[in-house]
Amino acid sequence: MPLTDSLRDEILASVPSLRAFAISLSGNSDRADDLVQETLLRALANIDSFQPGSNLPAWLFTILRNLFRSDYRKRRREVEDAEGNYAKTLKTHPSQGAHLEFEEFRTALDKLPQDQREALILVGASGFSYEDAAAICGCAVGTIKSRVNRARSKLAALLYVEGAEDFGPDETVRAVIGGSGG
Amino acid sequence: MKDVKSQASKNAAPRKPGGLNSEIQSRIGHQLRAMYDDVVRQGVPDRFADLIRKLDVPEAQPQVEGGGGSNDNNGRD
Repeated sequence: MPLTDSLRDEILASVPSLRAFAISLSGNSDRADDLVQETLLRALANIDSFQPGSNLPAWLFTILRNLFRSDYRKRRREVEDAEGNYAKTLKTHPSQGAHLEFEEFRTALDKLPQDQREALILVGASGFSYEDAAAICGCAVGTIKSRVNRARSKLAALLYVEGAEDFGPDETVRAVIGGSGG
Repeated sequence: MKDVKSQASKNAAPRKPGGLNSEIQSRIGHQLRAMYDDVVRQGVPDRFADLIRKLDVPEAQPQVEGGGGSNDNNGRD
C-alpha cells in the first residue's frame, strides 16, 4: 500500500501508544524514543508490505516488539547495569508517596520475564485482543493467555504479598490531607 | 476527590490468599494503565511528527527525467 495522507495520519496517531509500549518494555524513555524512531523508519520503508484494511497499530507494534527483542539481546548487560543505578536513585525519595508507589510498580514490572511483560502490556494496557497480541508476539492465543495470567500472579506476589496495607490510595490521600492542613 | 471517602471507610486490606485476587488484579490493571496512559497523554513529540512529514514527500527531486544528462557526471574523475 502506498503512503497516503490518511495512512500517514494513522501512523502518526499510533505514535503515542507506540511510545507507551516502548517505555513499558524498556523502562527507559530515551531508548524508547529511539525504538519508536526506528520503528517508524522501518514501517515507512516497508509500507508496501502493509495490507490495506488490516490492523495498522498491530503491524507497528509487531515491528517495535521485534526491534526491541533483537536490541535487547545485544544490550542486555548494559541495560541491567543502568536499571540497577536507576533503582538506587529512586530509593532516595521515599517521601513521594504516589511517585514511589508508581516506581514500585515499575520495578516489579521490570522483574517479569520479557514474554510475560510484553503480553501483559499488550492486553492489559494497549488494549489489544488476545488474538492481536498473539499475532504481535508470534505465538498461540493460549500462550498469550497463560503469559498474561502468570504476569498478573507474579506482579501480585511482588507487590502485595508483604505489607499490602502500605499500598493503595489511603497513603496518598493521607499525605495530601496531612500536608494541606496548615 | 472521591478517594477521600474511601479513607473514611478505611481501605479493606486483602484477606485470604484466595479472596484477594480480584481486588489485587484490578489494582494491578489500574496501575498498568496509569503508567501507560501517562505516556500516551504526552501526544506526538515533534521529532516524530517531523520524521513522518519529511518521509512523506518523495525525495527523488533532483533527478532529471528526460535523460538530458546535464546533471550526469558519471565516470568523470
